[in-house]
Amino acid sequence: MIFDDFLVRAALAGIGVALAAAPLGCFVVWRRMAYFGDATAHAAVLGVALSLVLSTSILAGVLATSLIMATIVSTLSGRGYAMDTLLGVMAHSALALGLVAVSFVSGVRIDLMAYLFGDILAVGKADLAVIWAGAALVLGLMSWRWPNLLTATLNTDLAYASGIDPKREQLILTLSLAVVVAVALKVVGVLLIAALLIIPAATARPFSRTPETMALLAAAFGASATTGGLQAAFWLDTPTGPTIVSLAAILFALSSLAGRLKTRIMKTVGQ
Amino acid sequence: MTLLSIEHLDVDIDGRAILDNIHLAIERGEIVTIVGPNGSGKTTLLKAIIGSLTPAWGKIHRAPGLVMGYVPQRLHLDPTLPMTVTRFMGLPRRHAPERIEQALERAGAAGLGRHQMSSLSGGQFQRILLARALLESPDLLILDEATQGLDQRGVADFYRQLESVRRELDCGILMVSHELHVVMRASDRVVCLNKSICCEGTPQRVATSPAYQAMFGHDIQDAFALYRHDHAHRQETAELVS
Repeated sequence: MIFDDFLVRAALAGIGVALAAAPLGCFVVWRRMAYFGDATAHAAVLGVALSLVLSTSILAGVLATSLIMATIVSTLSGRGYAMDTLLGVMAHSALALGLVAVSFVSGVRIDLMAYLFGDILAVGKADLAVIWAGAALVLGLMSWRWPNLLTATLNTDLAYASGIDPKREQLILTLSLAVVVAVALKVVGVLLIAALLIIPAATARPFSRTPETMALLAAAFGASATTGGLQAAFWLDTPTGPTIVSLAAILFALSSLAGRLKTRIMKTVGQ
Repeated sequence: MTLLSIEHLDVDIDGRAILDNIHLAIERGEIVTIVGPNGSGKTTLLKAIIGSLTPAWGKIHRAPGLVMGYVPQRLHLDPTLPMTVTRFMGLPRRHAPERIEQALERAGAAGLGRHQMSSLSGGQFQRILLARALLESPDLLILDEATQGLDQRGVADFYRQLESVRRELDCGILMVSHELHVVMRASDRVVCLNKSICCEGTPQRVATSPAYQAMFGHDIQDAFALYRHDHAHRQETAELVS
């Protein structure tokens, strides 16, 4: 069985997460929700600690805390604090609280580093199934709601006039974000999940003329970064999660250079 | 047929009353214009009608299955969102490419389909917004100062287009406008709004009402003079033809 090879499992896990993160990451970029992704991801540490205390499955714990965090942030926004202040408070408080909570459950030995930075090489068959189920759920939600999500992102009044409720679309994005965080935990860890959402989408921007091409290109860049990063980490003997994100960052740098070059050439040709 | 009827509508924003006891009905095939000073609640009223603001009190009845087309005052596009004109026209529902091309042509924006929305001028942007709203064949077209960024010629074309849209689609048109002189010519009914409706009726009736004159001062004398002047011309031409 090919699934017996841990490198194959790792690559498939990375691709699954990259595919789900791509369209969602585009919305995170378009709607300026980068910090929102961070807050949701950082709450996952608290989820891990709680599920150890309550001895429930880690997936359930992470899903629950991420969802609660996302809901709190959505409802608190627009109540006197600027969104970035609010998210800055929430994201780091959740992370700190989680780390404190983890120290209380010292009876159980847990590898904190694995949750903070991920441990993609330890992905088992069951993990793989969870990752792909989560990815399929998110991709299904995204493609089902795509036109409505886009319209609501463009302008809430245009959405209302077409009979679309932007609050419901926001809820769908929030839910998808919690699922992606839960399944990406094993792959890149809580500290780097937001990077996997934002960097491939930002990399795709200079080459995209429509929202759809941006999402597809983001998926391609994300998948290349995860599989390439996996290889590189293996050769260089570096930690896998950070290597994946570093490669994604290199792709982003190249893409923005290419984007600059493209506009310069267009200008010269135009003259 | 009544497309929309509003009864006892109050809207508060941050605890401040913006609209107070509004009654308004819009029939199929009529062009209704809302005028009023800045901050009088014109945009708020439109937002309540499309459902983006929840009334504090009162009811907004929409005819069953009512399709609304909405042209906002301004539309800010985030630069991180790539969007061609053609793709924008197909949101939220996709349309056949030929229909989109036709709509662009009619809006005086032929050949812009492959352009990015961010590269359009203000006037082009407004035309595209109107074209997009028309693609849905709305029963009720709602325009919020839709002629912003258009030059004089563009404004004239715009209202001429509205007139033909009304005839072709047999839709109701509700708009907010600052251009008093054009309003007088283009509307069947004018509603004068200042938190509550202070007067309404045919353009002539509203223009001569004391409430309206108090609000707009002599601005309106000019507008009304222009209106009568124009009418006189039209009658002359009619006599010549006969």
